[in-house]
Amino acid sequence: MAAKPKLHYPNGRGRMESIRWLLAAAGVEFDECFLETKDHLMKLKKDGFLLFQQVPMVEIDGMKMVQTRAILNYIAAKYNLYGKDLKERALIDMYVEGLFDLNELIMHHCFQPADKKEQHLATIEDKATNRYFPVFEKVLKDHGQDFLVGNQFSRADVQLLETILMAEECKPDILAQFPLLQSFKARISNIPTIKKFLQPGSQRKPPLKEEDLPKIMKIFH
Amino acid sequence: MAGKPKLHYTKGRGKMESIRWLLAAAGVEFEEEFIEKKEDLEKLRNDGSLMFQQVPMVEIDGMKMVQSRAILNYIAAKYNLYGKDLKERAWIDMYVEGTTDLMGMIMHLPFQPADTKEKNLALIIERATTRYFPVYEKALKDHGHDYLVGNKLSWADIHLLEAILMVEECKPDVLSAFPLLQAFKGRTSNIPTIKKFLQPGSQRKPPPDEKSVANVKKIFNM
Repeated sequence: MAAKPKLHYPNGRGRMESIRWLLAAAGVEFDECFLETKDHLMKLKKDGFLLFQQVPMVEIDGMKMVQTRAILNYIAAKYNLYGKDLKERALIDMYVEGLFDLNELIMHHCFQPADKKEQHLATIEDKATNRYFPVFEKVLKDHGQDFLVGNQFSRADVQLLETILMAEECKPDILAQFPLLQSFKARISNIPTIKKFLQPGSQRKPPLKEEDLPKIMKIFH
Repeated sequence: MAGKPKLHYTKGRGKMESIRWLLAAAGVEFEEEFIEKKEDLEKLRNDGSLMFQQVPMVEIDGMKMVQSRAILNYIAAKYNLYGKDLKERAWIDMYVEGTTDLMGMIMHLPFQPADTKEKNLALIIERATTRYFPVYEKALKDHGHDYLVGNKLSWADIHLLEAILMVEECKPDVLSAFPLLQAFKGRTSNIPTIKKFLQPGSQRKPPPDEKSVANVKKIFNM
């Protein structure tokens, strides 16, 4: 019997959160080993566990995988969340990469200096509502199906839900102009594995609090 | 007969260069339409050709593909440069993400403030020689094969060669401590499709100069 995947990362969202989402959506149980101090990270490096000296790192199927996208690609393909052929994969990849760009923007919000925060928030809102969400609203409108690609649940749907929820944390009514995304959000949130992940007590991580930032910075710098 | 892929980007390396490399290595002929001024980008946007209003964009197999990784993944899989199974793909992905990070540092260099240039360049060389190149040197040493993954040419090899040449433009002797990478470079450069791409007159783009950087900043409002 295969061991559960084991995730190595600080106890926060960062670049590991999308991986937690995808594993959870696929119904895969996983363990987590939280990096709390710089020494912990140094030990992982010294033991030769981190290919490029960086986390995320996920022990899975006998590999110590690094690089977020490599890990996500592997999980998606393994659990049939990556479309049925090259063209579906292409669409999924385009959607997911666009969402990563928005995610990255949102993720960097907590690292902005105080005097830049308001403007950064405005940028997030602008990009979400003018560049990214319209694309997915249109995709759902054009084919009228429940899922983004191939009329089948895929990693693109998982990523879109994760990003929607993160954007709503910045601005609760950010989906106001997007009725299809609103129903998408409700529908995908109700998928049993995802519903479970959205409940308190799951391995989903909360947004980073300002007071926790120094601790995270110390691990990496 | 399918049309040739058509690449939409500025006439420089940027995020399109790895795509040019991969198509060339796969022996796929492609056309290019260059964005020379802001109006060219605006037209693509107004025509609805850019999913997220950004380039690179590649017209291929009836799609207007955007997002460089999506494009690269598609080309690699289509032309059998993506390994034979999930595990080989995993290794190729890990290796390629590493070289992407390294080349990304170099790509951003001209856009950093002038007074940070020397420091950033030193960091690139440090990362290349202590974080990235040792990994690929060790991979080649451990299995003793000519190629990084599965004893067969893959996207990972093409990307590594691109990265090596790019770092050598920063520091010509950067491979001095990496004999296997030196041999890898010699060997991979000699693959006919790649050899052709490395010759003058190919669609390979030169490193950015002051003028092209200024133009890029203007076009993209940077």
